[in-house]
Amino acid sequence: MPEIQHPEDAIVRVTRTCICGSDLHLYHGMVPDTRVGSTFGHEFTGIVEEVGSMVRNLKVGDQVLVPFNIACGKCNFCKQGLYGNCHESNPMATAVGGIFGYSHTAGGFDGGQAEYVRVPYADVGPTVIPADMDPDDAVLLTDVVPTGYQAAEMGGIKPGDTVVVFGAGPIGIMAARCAWFFGPSRVIVIDHIDYRLEFAKNYAKCEVYNFKSLEDPVLFLKKTTDWYGADVCIDCVGCEAEGNTLQTFSGRISLMQAGAGTALQWAINSVKKGGIVSVVGVYGPPFNLIPIGNVVNKGITLRANQASVKRLLPKLIDHVQSGRLNPKELITHRIPLEEVADAYRLFSSKLDNCIKTVLIPSTKS
Amino acid sequence: MANNNIDVTTIPGYGMDADPENEPTYPMKHYTGDDHNRINYERSVQQPQTVEILQSTERPAITTVFGTSVPPSGLSGAIRRYAFKHSEDRYRHWLPLIFADRINVFEGVIEDLRKGHVPNVFAERGWKVEMKHNAVGFLSKLAITALVTAAIVTTVTRKK
Repeated sequence: MPEIQHPEDAIVRVTRTCICGSDLHLYHGMVPDTRVGSTFGHEFTGIVEEVGSMVRNLKVGDQVLVPFNIACGKCNFCKQGLYGNCHESNPMATAVGGIFGYSHTAGGFDGGQAEYVRVPYADVGPTVIPADMDPDDAVLLTDVVPTGYQAAEMGGIKPGDTVVVFGAGPIGIMAARCAWFFGPSRVIVIDHIDYRLEFAKNYAKCEVYNFKSLEDPVLFLKKTTDWYGADVCIDCVGCEAEGNTLQTFSGRISLMQAGAGTALQWAINSVKKGGIVSVVGVYGPPFNLIPIGNVVNKGITLRANQASVKRLLPKLIDHVQSGRLNPKELITHRIPLEEVADAYRLFSSKLDNCIKTVLIPSTKS
Repeated sequence: MANNNIDVTTIPGYGMDADPENEPTYPMKHYTGDDHNRINYERSVQQPQTVEILQSTERPAITTVFGTSVPPSGLSGAIRRYAFKHSEDRYRHWLPLIFADRINVFEGVIEDLRKGHVPNVFAERGWKVEMKHNAVGFLSKLAITALVTAAIVTTVTRKK
């Protein structure tokens, strides 16, 4: 049972928690300093059980959704809306801020795939779930929806643009869906698993292509954009990309580097000259001799960043409440928290047409 | 699987967030000029440090809050302490941390055994689900692993 360690902490009893695609980077050993015994999970909702002496905005019994970023709200990055870049939540690295359950590289905080979790800076991130909101929608607002939305937003999509999204996982699907909010003429999703592409096509109403059926995805994308290149490419894959044998061997199999960068390579090569590459995929630090993970985590251009969930929540809650977005449709599996090992296998191996898994603790009600 | 004839007018919310001012020359930021105050801002109260926290050399002090989930210990802890003597810019920071994680896995198994817990690898790796939904793939992986292991053992133990 976690304890209050700081006067701005809260203890939250978890009601729902998800497995994120980026948890698989931890699961497969690609994010350093994960440490045996730490608890994963950065997407969760719960009920406030206890608050520290300086917490003002929450009270015991509140039902909250908790953004994956841990943000102080006072540093100069938070004050400017860059909650994903908080300078006061992670002593172990300066590039990435604190994230629940995401290794000691992201602050060594235990995560939400648990019955109870310690939530620092409880006045800043946790948001009381609106009374009329479905709890399944709420839990997806902690990461998937804001990250997908910000991926599209960072693309600077203009009306009429052609947008290519690499990766048909939950974030890629959400990025493709949110891209339409910015008025493009085409949204294309590239992946290698047919059931995910079919899901993306139906949910995000986009064009989909299996790169295994294409001789050269970059060449294909050039051809389908009048030999010009896409206006915006979005990398929603990160360091576990498939599709390039050399990178697969050196990154995913032998761990000589932290994962494979095929998706980023394709994104950079498929975009038009002067185009925009938006990156929300997670990359381990020593990537290809270039700290591309730091590019993402520090939010330097290419346009890349961890989603600043708190900044986006008002707009996204409105999209959900108005019915323009239905995040809970991504959920394909609900599994008791006790069966978390099976849930990871299911998601990791892409079995049973799994898109998004929600874990339910037995103590939820 | 291509669908080139999407009627965008049927998409709820189509175009409503379009922003011609959103030129991607900077991350989304409400620019206030606070950047130039550097690290001079009102900090929260300091969380008491009750366990060993490894601190990035790129910071003057630990952050006001931090996680305390698994303090460094054992051989992996020693490697991590070495890693944190070097900045995030250096491979001598990141590569030892990756190496320490691999060592830590073995330490975890030893710790389990020391406490009398024999790890149930089948359950902990979720193989039950793999068997249920992908039996052929699972058995193939098992066969390949067995063959590779046998080949290694044979090679190592072969008399010269």
